[in-house]
Amino acid sequence: MRFFRKLTRRAALAMAGVAALTLAHAGTALAGDAKEPIKIGSFLAVTGPASFLGDPELKTLQLYIGKINKEGGVLGRPLKLVHYDAQHLAKKAVTFTRRLIEQDKVDLIIGGSTTGTTMAVVKLVERAQIPFISLAGASVIIDPVKKWVFKTPHTDRLAVRKIFSDMKKRGLSKLGLLSGSGGFDKSCAGNARKLAKDYGITIVADETHGKGDTDMTPQLTRIKNTPGVQAFLYCGFGAPTSIVARNFKQLGMKIPHYQSHGSASMKFIKGAQGGAEGVRLPVAALLVAEQLPDDNPQKKVALAYKRAYESAYNDSVSTFGGHAYDALMIAVNAIRRAGTTDKAKVRDAIEQTKNYIGADGIYNMSPTDHLGLDEKSFVMVEVRNGTWKLLK
Amino acid sequence: MSNLLSLRPGGLALLAAIIAAGPLVLQNGFHYNVAILAGINAMVCIGLNLLIGYAGQISLGHAGFFALGAYASAILPERFGFHPAGALLTGAVVVGLLAFAIARPILRLRGHYLAMATLGMGIIISIVLDQEVDITGGPDGMPVGDLTLFGQVVSGELAWYWLIGALLFVTTWLALNLVHSPVGRALKAVHGSEIAAAAMGVDVFHYKVLVFVFSAVLASVAGSLFAHYNGFITPDEASFIHSIQLVTMVVLGGMASIAGSIVGAVVLTVLPQMLAGFHDYEMIVFGAILMGTMILLPEGAVPTLAKRIRERLA
Repeated sequence: MRFFRKLTRRAALAMAGVAALTLAHAGTALAGDAKEPIKIGSFLAVTGPASFLGDPELKTLQLYIGKINKEGGVLGRPLKLVHYDAQHLAKKAVTFTRRLIEQDKVDLIIGGSTTGTTMAVVKLVERAQIPFISLAGASVIIDPVKKWVFKTPHTDRLAVRKIFSDMKKRGLSKLGLLSGSGGFDKSCAGNARKLAKDYGITIVADETHGKGDTDMTPQLTRIKNTPGVQAFLYCGFGAPTSIVARNFKQLGMKIPHYQSHGSASMKFIKGAQGGAEGVRLPVAALLVAEQLPDDNPQKKVALAYKRAYESAYNDSVSTFGGHAYDALMIAVNAIRRAGTTDKAKVRDAIEQTKNYIGADGIYNMSPTDHLGLDEKSFVMVEVRNGTWKLLK
Repeated sequence: MSNLLSLRPGGLALLAAIIAAGPLVLQNGFHYNVAILAGINAMVCIGLNLLIGYAGQISLGHAGFFALGAYASAILPERFGFHPAGALLTGAVVVGLLAFAIARPILRLRGHYLAMATLGMGIIISIVLDQEVDITGGPDGMPVGDLTLFGQVVSGELAWYWLIGALLFVTTWLALNLVHSPVGRALKAVHGSEIAAAAMGVDVFHYKVLVFVFSAVLASVAGSLFAHYNGFITPDEASFIHSIQLVTMVVLGGMASIAGSIVGAVVLTVLPQMLAGFHDYEMIVFGAILMGTMILLPEGAVPTLAKRIRERLA
């Protein structure tokens, strides 16, 4: 019986605790007045294998939300970032998105560093009718168009277009293609096959490598020995990009070498150990901000972002942070134009984004285009002396 | 009190009462989401605990079975026009056959070798799901359609909560019956000493295969339900980390304790959500809690606490 008495005493204590919590909760609800913050929800891959995406993205959001609040906020209200680390995991993304929508009651969501985490929550945000700006790459996010889903990063399709126009300009028409097995690789290679005809290009060799391969010499040898091959394109992401460039050099291949914006990081150049010299790729203007001509409207924006980020974090800027910068600015501008945080009106305002000059390009969204970038938003660079050189 | 914790009808009644009381505590869709995920994890853990806690065999590949069930529910209705319930059953049967086929060679192994073999199996499943982009959507995952039962689409958090709650109840009931049947006693004998069990006339191998297949089928069914509920799946469900999480739930809750599996699954599903606010310190706090639990409650939460309560009452 003593146990029971103890139990009742504990139960009474627990009840008192719950009551206190409820009261505290009611208190905060009452305290809310006109200065209630605008809540921006976000779930990013800050840790785990995709942290190279999520880390600069989160830092950018924190930096600029702080800046905006110092300047008086939006519509006279401060911004509040509610962030959860979903890693690259779809399951976590779904749970955190529910949490953002139903518990934190955010006004808008920026997030999804990867295509998988983004696609996992599409159904959820569509049902909850909340504006959602993704920071992931693949074109499937906005094609077909989904009412509440937008994104800021360039698609692989734009990259392929940019590369093919450059090839056409140089009079190259016979392409050797190599791609990996990842989602990005497949999508990029698929677009290359589809778009080749439009640019008068024929793919004379089409090779693939497996996940985690550390040597691409056999595939490159086959491409090298393909008669008539005039140029080489590698569709891939992360570590394999360096390996391909290294092997390419080891085989003494001399044909023009293209890679996608998946290689647009200093890690690619360093990892290639000299093999990256002469490789051409399309990148966001942000990466070569200093080299842009002064009349380029993007120069000012890109430079300002680059300097702010680098002085705040003492870390070199990456294009991924740029995606987050653009997403936040597009959202903030839309809320300002809508004059409210009403979700439907903010969504409409995002869709009406016109001539927004961002780190990634100049955005012109429409009901049929929830990205709003065209291939002009890319600039072509060549690796020279271990760094990016803007091509005119 | 002790009756409530140890006796079958009492334990089941307690579980039913807790599930029924859920809506009083759960305030919004997010709370329901966590509760549903905890319920799905609990179903897998109950099966896994039969294998680990009762039969004394380890599996580091159960996430593979979970993912196979999930992908069956994603692919079969979409590509081949299966009814979702049919896809769930087909997935369960296929996983059962697969588990049966690999149980024969794998369960002849012991200790580290068995762990290695199940680990390898899980990784193979994970690689296949990752690489077969045309079928599974590859690393980016694929969407899953709605679950329909008796002509009704299961939608909304409340409907899912009751469905998972009911299935968890049935699973617990099945597992408790199994444990308290001759099969359960045979399993305990196998756990104690395989040689002694064999000497007593227990067909050791037969029981090991039986429980391995049963736990794989449970994992597959839970995977199917998860896929429909979540609406989107990626090969991460089959990852080694996921298998480890499942084993951790079983060990934390308490081996050879059905209630422990449920408690372990609930704690390890809810805890990360409660700690999400700590941001950078999340993993440190999480690790500290796990270590503290294992030091203070070495036999797992439920068996240790139950023992202490019994001692106090005595």
